[in-house]
Amino acid sequence: MLQLKNIHKYYGEGRQRSEVLHNINLDLNEGEFVAIVGYSGSGKTTLVKLLAGLITPDQGEVLYKGQRINGPSHERGMVFQNYSLLPWLSVFKNIDLGVAQVFPQWNKKQREEHVLRYVNMVNLSHATHKLPAELSGGMRQRVAVARALAMEPEVLLMDEPLSALDALTRAKLQEEILKIWNENRRTALLITNDVDEGILMADRIIPLNPGPRATLGPGFKVDLERPRIKTQLNHMPEYKRLRNDIIEYLLDTGAESKRNQEVEQERRLPDVQPILPKSAFSLAFR
Amino acid sequence: MKSKTIHLLHLTGLTWAVPFVRLFTGDDAKEQLLQIWRLVGMPAAAILGFLLFWQLAAQQINTSLGTLPGPYQVSQQAGVLWKEHWVERKKATEFYARQDARIASIKAANPAANTKKMTYTGKPTYLDQILTSLKTVFVGFLFASFLALPIGVICGANKNIMTALNPIIQVLKPVSPLAWLPIVTMIVSAVYVGNNGVLSKSFIISAVTVAMCSLWATLINTAVGVASVNKDYLNVAQVLQLSPSKRIFKVVLPATLPMIFTGLRITLGVGWMVLIAAEMMAQNPGLGKFIWDEFQNGSSDSIARIMVAVLTIGVIGYALDRLMVSLQKLVSFE
Repeated sequence: MLQLKNIHKYYGEGRQRSEVLHNINLDLNEGEFVAIVGYSGSGKTTLVKLLAGLITPDQGEVLYKGQRINGPSHERGMVFQNYSLLPWLSVFKNIDLGVAQVFPQWNKKQREEHVLRYVNMVNLSHATHKLPAELSGGMRQRVAVARALAMEPEVLLMDEPLSALDALTRAKLQEEILKIWNENRRTALLITNDVDEGILMADRIIPLNPGPRATLGPGFKVDLERPRIKTQLNHMPEYKRLRNDIIEYLLDTGAESKRNQEVEQERRLPDVQPILPKSAFSLAFR
Repeated sequence: MKSKTIHLLHLTGLTWAVPFVRLFTGDDAKEQLLQIWRLVGMPAAAILGFLLFWQLAAQQINTSLGTLPGPYQVSQQAGVLWKEHWVERKKATEFYARQDARIASIKAANPAANTKKMTYTGKPTYLDQILTSLKTVFVGFLFASFLALPIGVICGANKNIMTALNPIIQVLKPVSPLAWLPIVTMIVSAVYVGNNGVLSKSFIISAVTVAMCSLWATLINTAVGVASVNKDYLNVAQVLQLSPSKRIFKVVLPATLPMIFTGLRITLGVGWMVLIAAEMMAQNPGLGKFIWDEFQNGSSDSIARIMVAVLTIGVIGYALDRLMVSLQKLVSFE
């Protein structure tokens, strides 16, 4: 459904130019929930921005239903890492802004019903007319999720949506997002740095090897039955095995990449002798 | 109720009144009295000290118009100016009453008589002049905003236009109102023909000069504000696929409003400063002209009257600034 084909992405120019993503191939199937797990700074946000169409690849192409994409579309909803709510609009208006764009034929009443349904879905009815500044982090992210969902996208892209939240709120929101996703099983892509979160939510986990020149690792299929309950997962041998495999893989590639960088850095050291100050006296009379 | 009042006081800049409210609503008295001393007592003491210094220093200086007036003479002149205003008003109403009576008697004798109503031609009083100045600065401020806001948005939205216009803006920005005035006078005289309009020529000249000198702050602030809108908001606008007009009016401008209002605040401040010079030169009947006339007049009261004007200008300037700060607080979303 959504495909990345031989993607290369560079940042910077001239000698500063560095490759962030190196030959990325990814295929999201319809109705599938995929999690991409990786170190911070490995290019995860770049990857999701490519999928959303916010940036274009330097090589390769992004295909949506076989068509090359050229810019963002409401078919691919996006939840940003830092919520990105417009702080001067209320919860309702933040959501309505996108809805009005996607369903221009609707009248005010239809839109209102639609928006309120999604506000309800994320349990924020009591805060419908509050400003984002009056909400907690978890509530803000709920609004962001509702805003993305209210546009009824076919693919939901989530860029570390829960990484800024405390552990308890995060667990709660994971459950809520899963519940909402379960209702119509849209295609979803979750970017995360939390392996547990990935296993809990996704059908398939793909590690992103640390950058620069980040590549995608082999996919790990998650065959745990849904609905998955966090407390029960911890006792399942399958869960433990999967978790260990993925973490091991990430640690290995992390160590390898660090070694590579060190080798590169050693090579870059210039072959010169530093001038060391001997004494104030000798400097003064040199 | 109480927290609302306090919020309102903060919003309007009357922070010093907050401890009074708290004191009368039964907050800790000692703490509030300390706050009152800090926010009201100490500034009052400083003002008193300043007045004392002024009085003592003024006595030492002899000018061609007598010793420099102290605070007492100045306050006396303020009273005189106040009284003059009402005397003048009374004269005006009496003039109109007399005129109406005369017209009525003529009409009574001959209903077909051609009567003409005259307007009272007494000189503008000090309060009239304050009003004229306020009107002028307001019109100038509007000119400035209408010019600066769109250009600022365009500059902020397009880097190339910004780079292209930057040298022109930077060169025109530091020009003094006194330098603009002759040019503006010539242009307005050439373009604005006929003095029968609602606005007098000197009024327009002053207002345009004010605009020329003060629009730069708004222009630059708007441009910088638009150029530095949080990238997240723009991403959102892209993902939501907002139309260009919605992107500007629903995302870019609201995000820039705090910056724009900072610019408008500086513009109004600069405009008020420039206005006095412009009025002096253009002979627009406002505070600037009042000062100039008093200076030319050279009576023994003149300096005291000019000092009244100086204080008035200061107080009004401060009030305008507070007004803009309050507006800015209202629109800022953080």
